Amino acid sequence: MLTFMASDSEEEVCDERTSLMSAESPTPRSCQEGRPGPEDGESAAPWRGQDGEEDHEEDPDHYVCSGVPGRPPGLEEELTLKYGAKHVIMLFVPVTLCMIVVVATIKSVRFYTEKNGQLIYTPFTEDTPSVGQRLLNSVLNTLIMISVIVVMTIFLVLLYKYRCYKFIHGWLIMSSLMLLFLFSYIYLGEVLKTYNVAMDYPTLFLTVWNFGAVGMVCIHWKGPLVLQQAYLIMISALMALVFIKYLPEWSAWVILGAISVYDLVAVLCPKGPLRMLVETAQERNEPIFPALIYSSAMVWTVGMAKLDPSSQGALQLPYDPEMGGVKLGLGDFIFYSVLVGKAAATGSGDWNTTLACFVAILIGLCLTLLLLAVFKKALPALPISITFGLVFYFSTDNLVRPFMDTLAFHQLYI
Amino acid sequence: MTAAVFFGCAFIAFGPALALYIFTIATEPLRIIFLIIGAFFWLVSLLLSSLVWFLAGTITENKDGPVQKYLLMFGVLVSVFIQEVFRFGYYKILKKASEGLKNISADETALSMRLLAYVSGLGFGIMSGVFSFVNTLSDSLGPGTVGIHGDSPQFFLVSAFMTLVIIMLHLFWGIVFFDGCEKKKWYALLLVLLTHLLVSTLWRDLSIFPCRRERGAEKEGWIQEEEELINGVWP
Repeated sequence: MLTFMASDSEEEVCDERTSLMSAESPTPRSCQEGRPGPEDGESAAPWRGQDGEEDHEEDPDHYVCSGVPGRPPGLEEELTLKYGAKHVIMLFVPVTLCMIVVVATIKSVRFYTEKNGQLIYTPFTEDTPSVGQRLLNSVLNTLIMISVIVVMTIFLVLLYKYRCYKFIHGWLIMSSLMLLFLFSYIYLGEVLKTYNVAMDYPTLFLTVWNFGAVGMVCIHWKGPLVLQQAYLIMISALMALVFIKYLPEWSAWVILGAISVYDLVAVLCPKGPLRMLVETAQERNEPIFPALIYSSAMVWTVGMAKLDPSSQGALQLPYDPEMGGVKLGLGDFIFYSVLVGKAAATGSGDWNTTLACFVAILIGLCLTLLLLAVFKKALPALPISITFGLVFYFSTDNLVRPFMDTLAFHQLYI
Repeated sequence: MTAAVFFGCAFIAFGPALALYIFTIATEPLRIIFLIIGAFFWLVSLLLSSLVWFLAGTITENKDGPVQKYLLMFGVLVSVFIQEVFRFGYYKILKKASEGLKNISADETALSMRLLAYVSGLGFGIMSGVFSFVNTLSDSLGPGTVGIHGDSPQFFLVSAFMTLVIIMLHLFWGIVFFDGCEKKKWYALLLVLLTHLLVSTLWRDLSIFPCRRERGAEKEGWIQEEEELINGVWP
């Protein structure tokens, strides 16, 4: 789910991670990001600008804090477009970084492309003699996975509704502990093995401890925004790598398709769990847990709250709104990276497929943000991107790859 | 086949485009977006032309021999036409978008058509160059000997330069094309199309590598045998 203040993460299967993946919607007020929630302060609260609350109480437009009356509409819309483009880029960069980390790991570390069993959430094997059986198994795997995700989301929404904040916090902390310590330890081990670098246990302990502890502080408490963003990207990449390793091939593609449909339903239907979560958070005027959402908040100084009377008629007033920025759920990062990572892992070593999926996902994200600017409410970020990604994966792998290979072989450039 | 070859060829092919991106496009978010949309348009045009080539191949039942050569040439011609059609389509869309922008704001320096022509040409070029060259580049990191069977040992270098040329050409074609559309100079469009056809149909004599073609076109022939020898010990 993608909102200006709300984003939606897709549900993950691993129950530790599931809580991290549930979609959250922070408060819809565009400049309310800095407001500390009751459960835990948003991590970068001290680093955010002040609330420009006086600017836009009555303005439901999350894109532009246009609370000052008398501003010409043209300037507002131009600023909308300009800041809209900035928001798009502010999301392109972390999504690209996450994908780069995942693809670089897949291409270099063999561990994540080796088949070493499956998760219990996908119990049916794909080593079957017939194509039909394999398809059936992958569909069954998908059904099980999606139902686990649905159950987890509903559970989280119920917990949130009945204000069991301590439970949710405990769950989130357990999840991030596991990700930041265990998964990163495994990742570091595999990378060291790949490059045949020896590391003694004290150094290893120090490294993993520092990485994990700083990560916990940044994500759950306060820390510089950039560091928090970096950690969120890293844990999304780690989670995506786990999925790429443990999801069997066909199941992965069917799951990607199914989860975009689920995202669409959960965020847009009136009784969808994610939508209920958004609305509950909005009613209570609380921000959603920062551990589940990537926030691209730009910190701008609050430039003006009142018009300078001496500059009447001067329409070129410096305009420094407190723009809250856009938020994207970590689940979206994870599934984008799973798609691109799978393309890199299974596309027969072909970079064209990976690049095509990458461009497709970015275009999908661009379109989603455009829709967000139009509709101004929480939107699912998965459907358009994943659809484009899947279409481009299958068509590039089967149609474009032989064509481009033949052209490159004959040194033909089109 | 060393890191020097990899980095050298990579920077030859993509250096200028990267410099152009860093200095002119990376600073403005709207330009980045239009660049990526341009790249997407090129990608869709490539998809369509691969589909046409694939269908043509299936119709002729994939016989080996000179048929493949003619099929490939047909594919290249179709691809060039489709790319130019998509360039025109992108021009139309940008025209509508920039008119919309002009209605909203009176800011003339927002995004002129010339700038959009440059950005779209660069988008097309970068995507085209990357798709043509990135697999060759990644092969250059692996084991093998270029020209082991008497072919040109300058395969990578030539490919790198050709990639550079095609990126720059797409950029220039974009500018000339959009200018021709703006000023209704249809001969400019024809010129772009003809020069594109000319550049894309330049090719070496295919008959040098008859046996290589049978092994499939995934790797350059003269590297493939070497790799097959070495690949026994590589996972």
